[in-house]
Formats: sequence, structure tokens, C-alpha cells
Amino acid sequence: MSVTGIGAAVRRKEDRRFITGKGHYTDDINRPGQTFACFIRSPHAHAKIKNIDVSAASRLPGVAGIFTGAQFAEDKLGSLICGWTVLSKDGSPMKMAPHPALAAGKANCVGDAVAVVLAETLAQAKDAAERVVVDYEPLPAVVDPAKAAAAGAPLIHDVAPNNTIYNWHLGDAEATNAALKNARHVTTLEFINNRLVPNAMEPRAALAEYDAASGSLTLWNATQNPHVARLVISAFVGVAPENKLRVIAPDVGGGFGSKIFIYPEEVVCLWAARKLGRPVKWTAERSESFITDAHGRDHVTKAQMAFDGDGRITALKVHTTANLGAYMSTFSSAVPTFLYATLLSGQYEIPHIYCEVDAVYTNTVPVDAYRGAGRPEATFVVERLVEVGARELGVDPATLRQKNFVKTFPYQTSVASLYDAGDYQASLQKALELHDYKGFARRKRDSERNGKLRGIGFATYIEACGVAPSALVGQLGAGVGLWESAEVRVNPTGSVEVLTGCHQHGQGHETTFAQLVADRLGLSIDQVNILHGDTDIVQFGMGTYGSRSGAVGMSAIVRALDKVEAKAKKIAAHLLEAAEGDIVFKDGKFTVAGTDKSAAWGEVALGAYVAHKFPTSEIEPGLKESAFYDPTNFTFPAGCHICEVEIDPETGDTQVVGWTAVDDFGTVINPMIVEGQVHGGVAQGVGQALLEHTVYDDKGQLVTGSYMDYAMPRADNLPSLQVDTTVTKCPTNPLGIKGCGEAGAIAAPAAVMNAITNALGTELIDMPATPATVWATLQKTHTLPRAA
Amino acid sequence: MAANTAAVSLTVNGKPVTAEIDPRTLLVQLLREHLRLTGTHVGCDTSQCGACVVHVNGKATKSCTVLALQLEGADVLTIEGLAAPDGPLHPMQEAFRENHGLQCGYCTPGMIMTAVDMVRRKGHDLDDHTIREQLEGNICRCTGYHNIVKAIAAGARAMRGSSATSKAAE
Repeated sequence: MSVTGIGAAVRRKEDRRFITGKGHYTDDINRPGQTFACFIRSPHAHAKIKNIDVSAASRLPGVAGIFTGAQFAEDKLGSLICGWTVLSKDGSPMKMAPHPALAAGKANCVGDAVAVVLAETLAQAKDAAERVVVDYEPLPAVVDPAKAAAAGAPLIHDVAPNNTIYNWHLGDAEATNAALKNARHVTTLEFINNRLVPNAMEPRAALAEYDAASGSLTLWNATQNPHVARLVISAFVGVAPENKLRVIAPDVGGGFGSKIFIYPEEVVCLWAARKLGRPVKWTAERSESFITDAHGRDHVTKAQMAFDGDGRITALKVHTTANLGAYMSTFSSAVPTFLYATLLSGQYEIPHIYCEVDAVYTNTVPVDAYRGAGRPEATFVVERLVEVGARELGVDPATLRQKNFVKTFPYQTSVASLYDAGDYQASLQKALELHDYKGFARRKRDSERNGKLRGIGFATYIEACGVAPSALVGQLGAGVGLWESAEVRVNPTGSVEVLTGCHQHGQGHETTFAQLVADRLGLSIDQVNILHGDTDIVQFGMGTYGSRSGAVGMSAIVRALDKVEAKAKKIAAHLLEAAEGDIVFKDGKFTVAGTDKSAAWGEVALGAYVAHKFPTSEIEPGLKESAFYDPTNFTFPAGCHICEVEIDPETGDTQVVGWTAVDDFGTVINPMIVEGQVHGGVAQGVGQALLEHTVYDDKGQLVTGSYMDYAMPRADNLPSLQVDTTVTKCPTNPLGIKGCGEAGAIAAPAAVMNAITNALGTELIDMPATPATVWATLQKTHTLPRAA
Repeated sequence: MAANTAAVSLTVNGKPVTAEIDPRTLLVQLLREHLRLTGTHVGCDTSQCGACVVHVNGKATKSCTVLALQLEGADVLTIEGLAAPDGPLHPMQEAFRENHGLQCGYCTPGMIMTAVDMVRRKGHDLDDHTIREQLEGNICRCTGYHNIVKAIAAGARAMRGSSATSKAAE
């Protein structure tokens, strides 16, 4: 391993600009003559829009234009779409309602944009927005997903009777029911997977500019996938043809899924920029982020796990109601189905699984993928059931897991996933040792002497990453393929630009991708630049989400490097006057095998461009190759997280006092960055379990609409984390990478709740386990210990 | 716009600045929109997230929560002024890089400015507990804080006796 090669904890190339304040986020960009947009948003969860009076507002100073949903409709622009078709049990397609970028006729959630004001300054736009009079007729709203399909619930979209989007299922109902009937023991749990607000620290932003001379539009946008944004905005909304729309995603301050989706605001900015003939800029305020960024999770689930007399899991049956909010966001349909039910086998051999999912509309913000996307929900189901099952059976939870682990690979689950490689016993064993599991009883006694309750919980999770084989996801309803692209562009002096279809918003691609290329070509990482995030510069790519950039994006780079090396060898053969088959490329040098004749990388690069010494009728000048890599399977990162909590029974305050994570991500390119991904994921998962809760009142008002009410994890809510890895390489991609971005958020909620319920001695507590909730639970169930 | 403006003069990153502004202009707006110092960020509307932290007269201040007009004659230091453009990084900047204390980078300027002020107030030997409590006003969504805590402890140690840092820390 070289000092910057694969496996080295290289310090990040991108950091210098961020630590000196030279990052370049969308809101940092300004265009001459720009106007500022302020959206008028529905204050009602469900209301008819009877009239919008803009006359007073239009006369205010600085106002450049005011546009309403009615005008948007007049311009015959298309609807925002959900790009993944899910079929109900009866074969009928999901009920996708229209989603205009500006609502006309009816608003369907608080925050639904009904008009937009453009003005010379943001303050003037806000002043004018105050004077726009919207005449609403409020309608009854439905908020609770468990009540959305009930008789008499207010109907949100005519296309979706009973507010039902689909009734989907996976697995063998009959066999699962039979196994449950014949089980020695059945563990049953009902729970809510709480709704979360993603809260990337950079609020979403868009800046649109129209160039009348060329008839083209440019959009700077805080997005995780600029090409997909361009495709949807051109092909479905129809703001501009694809070749007349440039989408630039500059530095993006976190995404966690929430910046995958195509939102109304960027569409409206583009549309308004053309109407006004001036650039239009919009940056969300945090309160706007809370009511417009797609939320995550929000499942209501009942699940049963069957065990035989030997402690083996014989079946799992799950029913989930998934709240998709007021409109179907870009990938919303896939999250509670193909990203959820296909992971319900966990790390275990479960012969029979059956899962039903009812997806419903409610008068709330749309719900879509948020870090983990379906897999945290699946892991929560499986890992809570296994832990509770162990308690009910009187078996050590680690032992029960070991007994049921998948041990031979490949393993075909009963929910379609084909696990390719893993060693679940190895990660569990390593975690048990690192955590000093044996010492838990002693630590618990120590806590009790101090009047505290102590608990320990596991999550041995699995996830499916590396999205995804295109033909497979096509069969499952995806509207796109999920390959990735790369272009490796060698300069005449030998330095390299890599154009990737992935997008980084914190993951450190500029470093890890450069490590891969530098290692392969024998360069320093400073000689390798990674370019991404601009549809005019980079070839079409699918963007970054689902822990796919390593497994899919870097695989594409490997394929392009293979082609570069093959061509460079041909050119080296001519330069060295040797047979191509005799050329060996190693450590940045082309050598004629068995001789001391060699040419350095830079000589061959220059040779390729001057093209003096090879027949250009056979070999084209230049050295630039591209590749589109389509994975053949998902990847299956897995691992074991152990959480230890201490609870003050007087107050319900719960402290995470120990965390051990042992993950198998396959090949690790940069362990420093990978550990950082685990830290961040765990923090989001702990946030879900202990702090974060999105609360709507029964009228559909978002009660937790700012950082004053929505408890973001802060430094003093979290412990230091012990993070380690085991490695089984992914056999289906060239580097053996599985992906690491979501693991922490997938494992953590179940681990925390298993620890809390272990401490409390009751399973009857939902996330988030706030001090108030824990305290109330204790009052109902517990005989409090006394301080010694 | 010109109908209702007022002038303010202050020092930003060592340079005198006079601006004619709408009286409701916040310090962060003056920095970002008038002076194009876009390293200072806005992450919330409620003075909670700390992405906007700068130093005013040597003390960490949330620039989203102070009117620019309040700062007549004040000395403001932003992330852009923490180290000379061509010189070495400030030890706290270097510590964030070395310890992977940032991912998306959005909260980072505020974190670093808060950290430097923390050293001023709490000294160079900062334990985890102190750092975590002192970060109450800064939110990061990416790192889980683990490496930020490490970075601040290391940066605080490195600032001991560093002449490059005395100006910012004083």
C-alpha cells in the first residue's frame, strides 16, 4: 500500500477550501441582475384556493413579478413525478396524483407553494409576500397514516380512493401463516417508526438564469444528482429541452437523501427566470426546509416472528402502513417496498417471510428516502423482534443471533435478495470483545449502586447498497437504470481528470476517487482531479445516494482505467519498439518484459498526444476513455453495533455510555473517511431513537418546525464511538467495495431501543425515547432502584 | 431601497469597511451579500445551529442574531481572516483537516470560529466533556461530532504558544 493508495487514511483534498471559508455552495453564487424569490405557502394542511389577490403586493417597491399556480397551469408545464412504479397486489399501478410545482385549486399540506414573489432584494420579496392575499377554504385534514384509509377520512386526491397509493406485498403468505401456526413461540411487536426531518445543514437552494440569445437555462442547485434533475425537469416538467438546460450542483452541504429529489422550487425558479428574463435566486430558510424537504420514515408496523423449540427463526410476518405525505416524491414508492421488505431476512436464515405494505397519502410533507431509506425500518423490525424473542425465550441475544445467522454464501433469502458474501459471526464476535460484553453485568451493578438503570442492546444489521442492477430495478418498476459513468481524461503531461456521474456532498470523493486513480497509474493524488456536478462538463450519471459511489461509481472508474491502460500499453509498445503483449505497466512505468527498456507514464501520455510514433490509422491520438458500469447485484454491507445506555430513573434522562460498531464494508479505500461515515450515521440513528420527532397536530400543523422544537443531536447528546471493521470482499464488483454511508443510521435505532428496553424491562416504548417518554414508561412499569 | 438606509463603519478581517445598508441588515447579510465573504453560513432561523459564528471584538458571536448597525466601530473576524491567505493555516483549521473534523463543510467555519473562542475562554487543555458542552450552540449533521471533538482538543493544544493564533484567540 502506498501512502496515498487504497487503504490509506489520506487527509482530504477538499478540506482546504472548506476550512478557509472558500467552499462554493449555491447560495454563495450570485448572477448579475438577479431577483430573489419568496414563496407564498399554504398555512393550511388542506384547503381550496379560492382566489389569490396580488394587486397590493405588485405595487410595492422592488417587485419584479408575482406568479401563481394558475399561471403555472396556463403555461401547460408538466407535473413532478415519482419515478418508480409500484404495483398493488391485484396488479394495479400505484395511484400517483399530479404534483404541480405551484398548487392550483387546492393545497394539500402546510408549506405547499401556491405563488411566488420575485423582487430586487430578498427583503422586498418578503415584504410583498406579506401583502399577497390568498383566500383559502380550509378542508378537513388527515395526518395519521393509520387513519388515512379509514372510511370517512378526507379524500386528498381523486385518483386515490381511500387515500391509498398501493397495497403491496412480498413473500409467501400461506407458508408464513402456516409456520406461525406451528411455531413453538411467536414474538409480536407493534411500533411506530418515527417521522424524521433530514436537516442537511445547507438549506436547499436554487439559482436559475435564462440566456435569451441561446434560449438556454442554467440552474445552480443543491442536489445530489444533477443529471437526474435535468432529465426530470426537461422530460416531465418540460421547462426546457434537455440540451437547453444545464444543471450545476456546486458544493452541497449534506444531503442524506433529501437532495435527491426534484422539488417545486427549482422548477419555479427556472420557469420564472425565463418569464422575467432575469436570474431568480431562492434559498430555503430553515423553517421552509422543515415544511418542504421530503421527510423520512413514518411507518406504523405490526410484526410477528416465529421460533421453533430450538430457537430457530421459522417465519416473519410484517404489516406496515407507510405514510408518503401529500404527494409522491421522486423515489418515495420504492422506499417502503423494494428497499424495505427485501431486507427483512436480516442476517438470518428465515425460511418464510411475508410482508404487506399499504402506502397512503396524508396532508403532510412528502416522505421519501432519508439516510438508509427503508433499510433502517427493516432492521428495526428484525432486530427488535430478535432481541425481544431472545428475552422471551430466555436466551442470550448474541447467542440467539449466532444460531440463526446465514453462514454459507451465496444465500438466497425468501424476500428476493441474494446475499453474496459476509461473515456475520466475525463482526459479532469482534464487537463482543471490543465492547467487553462480559463486563456488562459488572457495569450494570455499578450503575445500580448509583441509582441508575443500565441496558445493552444489539443490532446485527444488513443493508443492500450499490444501487443497482439496471435490468433488475427496471423489472421492479424503476424509471431509470442505476449504473454509473466515469471518464478518465489523461492530460499530455500525465496528470489526470476524472469525470464522475456521482456527486459528493460530504463523502470525500475528491480524495477517495483520486486515491484509486493515483494508485493505479502511479501518480500522486495531487495529479488527479475529480470533476463532478455539472451537466455541461460531465457525461450523464446517476448521482450519489444509497451508498453507491464506491461500489458503482468507483467501479466505473476502474473500467475506464482498464481502457486507458490498454491503450497506453499499445502506445508504449510503439514508443519502446516492442510487442504490445510484452509491455508491463507497474508503478507508473511501462516496461518491456525481461528488458531494462521502459517509458514513464508521463512519456506515454505525451506520446499519445503528440502522436509522432504510432500509426494514427490504427490508434487514435489522445488518451481519454469512458465507461458505464452496471452492477450485477446489490452489495450487502453488514455488521454488529452494540449500544449501552444508562438511564436516570428520577428524570428519564438516557445517556449513551458505550458504542461499539464493527462493520463489514468490503474493501475500504480510506479508513478515516469510512469511520467518519459510520460516526455520522450512528449520530443520525441515535437522534432518531432518543431525540428527533416530527410532530403534526391533528389539523396538520407541523409542531416541530424549527431547531427550537425539533431536537437535533448535539455534541453532548452523543458519546465517543468505538468503530472497527471486518472484511469480506464484495465478489461482484472489481474493487470488492460494499458501501458505508448508511450503515450507522441503519443499525443505530434498533441498538438504542434494544438497550433502553433492556434497561427498563419493558418493550412498550416507542421512538424517540425522550426523558419524558422514558420517565412516563418507568412510572407505569417499574419498581425504581434506590441509590446505595 | 435607497429611501431608507444607514451607514455603518467597522473593521472586518483587519480592513476598514463602510457600508450603506437597509437598517434591518443582519451582520451575516453584510458579510455575505455586501462584502461577499461567503464562508460564514446561515443554517437556521433561530440562532441554534452556529453555522454563522464569527468573532466580534474577539468573542464568538452568531452573526445571524446581530444587526450590522449595532456594530459601529467593531472589529469582526470571519473564517476568511483567521489565517493569512498565503500563509499557514490556523492551528484549529489544520486540526479539523488532520482529524477529519468536517464532511460537507457547511457547519465548519462556525465550528472553527467557536472552537478558537472556546480556547480563549477555557484554555488549551480541553477534555471531551468540556468540548461537547461548549458545542451546544453548533450543530453538525455529518460527523456525529466524534472527530470535531478530537479536532478541537488537538487544535487547542496546537494553539498553545502559536504566534499565528494569538491575534485570533485574544
